[in-house]
This record gives sequence, C-alpha cells and structure tokens, in this order.
Amino acid sequence: MKLDIERVRADFPILLRQIHDKPLIFLDSAASSQKPLPVLQAMEAAYRQCYANVHRGVYTLSEEATCSYEAARDKVASFINARAREEVIFTRNTTEAINLVAYTWGRANIGPGDRILLTEMEHHSNIVPWQVLAQERGAELVYLPVTDDGRLQMDRLDDLLDERVKLVAVTMMSNVLGTITPVREIVRRAHAIGAVVLVDGAQGVPHLPVDVQDIGCDFLAFSGHKMCGPSGIGVLYGREALLEGMPPFLGGGDMIRRVELHRSTWNDLPWKFEAGTPAIVEGIGLGAAVDYLEGLGMEAVAAHERETVAYALERLAALPGMRILGPPAEARGGVVAFTFRDIHPHDLAHLLDLEGIAVRAGHHCAQPLHKRLGLVATTRASFYLYNTPQEADRLAEALEKAARILGKAG
Amino acid sequence: MAQSPYRERILDHYRNPRHRGRLEGPDLVGEADNPVCGDRVRLELRLDEAEQVVEAAFGGDGCVISMAAASMLAEQVHGLNLEELRGLTEKDMLAMLGVELGRARTQCALMPLRALQAALKALPTR
Repeated sequence: MKLDIERVRADFPILLRQIHDKPLIFLDSAASSQKPLPVLQAMEAAYRQCYANVHRGVYTLSEEATCSYEAARDKVASFINARAREEVIFTRNTTEAINLVAYTWGRANIGPGDRILLTEMEHHSNIVPWQVLAQERGAELVYLPVTDDGRLQMDRLDDLLDERVKLVAVTMMSNVLGTITPVREIVRRAHAIGAVVLVDGAQGVPHLPVDVQDIGCDFLAFSGHKMCGPSGIGVLYGREALLEGMPPFLGGGDMIRRVELHRSTWNDLPWKFEAGTPAIVEGIGLGAAVDYLEGLGMEAVAAHERETVAYALERLAALPGMRILGPPAEARGGVVAFTFRDIHPHDLAHLLDLEGIAVRAGHHCAQPLHKRLGLVATTRASFYLYNTPQEADRLAEALEKAARILGKAG
Repeated sequence: MAQSPYRERILDHYRNPRHRGRLEGPDLVGEADNPVCGDRVRLELRLDEAEQVVEAAFGGDGCVISMAAASMLAEQVHGLNLEELRGLTEKDMLAMLGVELGRARTQCALMPLRALQAALKALPTR
C-alpha cells in the first residue's frame, strides 16, 4: 500500500506554518519528529477526560488512566513483536533505556578484562554509558570500524568477536550516515560466542518495520518523540529471562512489592524498572503514535522514505561542490548528511532557515564518526513520512541560493 | 520576520578580513573554541607603554558570523586600554555586528569576545 502523502501531511498541523514568510519544510525528524492530530487529540483527551495517577487508585479515573497507559504498552509490544508485554519497559527516551541496561545488567555482568563491542557509527548515547561502565568495571571498549562509504566493516566482525566480548551494542540505523546496519547478522554472530546484544533503535524503529524476535536481539532501545509520539517517553525492550535476572534501576514507588525499613522486594516485570509516577499521558500519546504508524503500515512508511531520499540524493548529488556522506539510497534510511562547497554548516543551516527549511548543523552527537570521516561538522537533512520530493527540490534550490549569497565557488 | 544577517557589511568582513594573521611577540594572546562545530578563534594584541592596543591580529576557522565578528573586534580594539578592553560586553560585541541573531548564532558572534576575555585573564596583573 502506498502512502497518500496529501492525507498524511494534513494530519500534521505544524506543516501549515510559515517560517520567514515561506512554507515550513521540516527536515530534522531524525532529531525529533512532528506529531499528527491523533496523538495530540489522544493526549488532550487523556488530560481532559481521564487523568489520574496510574496503578493506585480504585476510583474510576485512575482505573481509566491505568487502562490507557497499559494499553499503550500492549500496542508497543505488538508493534515490535515482543513475546510478552512484560518485555516492554517505559523509560524517558533511548538514552535512559541504554543507561538502564548499563547500570543494571552491565554492573552485574561486566567485569575486569571484559570487552564491550561498539561501532564507529554510534551516537554518543550508545558510547558514553559504556565508557562510564567500562571505567567503573575495568572493562574495555572495542569498535567495529566503518568503511569510507559509511558501512560497517562486517569482514572485521569475527576478528573482534572473541570470548572477552560480553556485550555488543550497535545502532540499527546511523543518525549521520543513514546506513541501515545488518543487525540480524550481527546478533547471530554475537550470540554464537555468547555475547548479549543491545540494538539502538532510535533511528530504526520510527522508520523501518521492526520485529525483535526476527532480529533476535536481547535489548532494543528507542524513543517516542522520533516516531510521531511525545518527548519524555521511550522504550526498553528486553528478553524476559534477562530482565528477570537484572537488579532494578531506580528505586522508589511502583517498582516495589513490599518495603521494610531495611530491605525491599521488587515488583514484577515490567514495573520493576519503572520507579515513580511515569510519563502517563506521554505513554498514552506513544500508544496513539503506534496506532497511527500501524494504520499507515511501516512497510509503506519505509517505502515512501526510500523513494523520497533516493530522489533527494540524486538532486543534491548534482550540485557542484556537494559531498554526501554514507552509502547509496538502497542501503540507507531517511538521513542525508553532507558538506557543501566549504560553506560552514551553521551558515548553511541559517541560510536554509531563512528559506523556511529546518535542517541540523553540527556533529549530530557522533563526534567519533565525524573524526573518522575527517570532518568536524556537517549539515543534515532528515526525511520522514510527511516529506515530499518537491521539498527536496526546494532544498536543492535553497542550497544554490546560499552558495550565491556567500559567493562560494564549487 | 527576522532579517538575514548575511548582509554586505558582514560578508565584506568575512571575505576581506581585517587584521587576519599573527603578530610577532604579542603582549596578549587568547583563544576560544566551540566543540559543536569545531570553530576556533585566536586573538593577539600588542600594547604600547600606556597599555593601549597598537596592533591586533586574529586567526582561526569558523562560520561567517564568528569570522566577521573577529575581524570587526580586531578593528575596534585599536586604541583601547586594558580597562576599556575589560569593559567590552556581549552587548558591545553584538552591536558591532549590528544584526539580530538567535540564541544559537549568538554563541558564534561572541566567540571572538571570549578569546579576548581569555587573553585578559591570562594577563599577569601589573
């Protein structure tokens, strides 16, 4: 089924905005996506009609709020094809989900001399928690290198996977290169040596059909706000047996069964990892976002993005002085990072903003990757289900205009 | 509607920077950088016996705004004494540029001032 792009765009009220008297072209969804009406309406209805704290009250409002919040968990579990709802832990975002694993599973299972295998294309949030853990436990980080065209050097994987590797943490899709990584293959080879695998799905889950049982990963982390949901809600999927064996993360209300003065026992999954009042309405909003994406079909969303990005790549590559990072269209998702004619990314992003175009400039929280590619900063246009080929045309025209204003030759 | 800061006066300072280069044996040297974009500015000053700036030079890499700001600052500090240098504020730096900038770009504009402040901080109090 093909996306009806005009209907999709009509679902996103923000796309009607004018920026500097030009229609908004939003190309920063890799940082955070816009929200469709069903999500906004679900959240407003939750606050207006059935708001109360969850998991406690016996009164009607609390029952309703608990039902909506827990229904969102079922929706997420089905969206990623988890075996059970107990495997879906709500967190603040991807970063917190990864930190949860580092602080609980990591502290219990990583010791001196152990290795954690990462890749050179990871986001800082899939590097720094492991640095903290490795420093604390006397473990070592090793990195699977990337090729010059921005793919993982898979022929190096088996060399790096030895019995010292206890954990492999890898992104499903690079937030700079757009590269879709072969996570299924990585999981298979990592499991063969007994390593646990965490997949960073911050970029992958919003854009691709994801089936955790098919991928086979032990953990999957992702954020609501990059997939049409609100900020403040994210997900850690974990295999039930692993989650059962892990100590809790944050202590407090809701995560306990019984509290005595000097000891406590823990609640069942998934609440064992959800201390304190959760992001109730954000959870409900995420449930609505999942309904929205499933209504369109993730295959259709991914196909629309592939088509739009393939067009954008062709259009941008034709500009003199354009260097696009990452692999060709068939190996990537919605992210297109580039440098253009020696124009500083901040200047480029600023000049594009004056044309109503929102892009990101900087290192995109991937400094080691930029260093590997011999760059400090790039400009990144990221496409999502509401973007069109016409917007890629407008981007290309605005880039040419920027070059004219700054008088930079190709 | 915000006006474009990419106007002729700023572009002119960017394309034809004033006082770009190094001084031999400067009295004051300061640097500032922004790890987000890798930009850096270095400011060098020579003072006369009355501790007034007689020569200024800047170097570094950066966007149009930070480099134009550095060029303007290097021009403006001429003849100022230490007290006047210390009295230069963010408002003064933004006034030199004379354009409206958002929160993010204001950091680019202030980088040369940060380099000057670093230079003054490194100065032994005489």
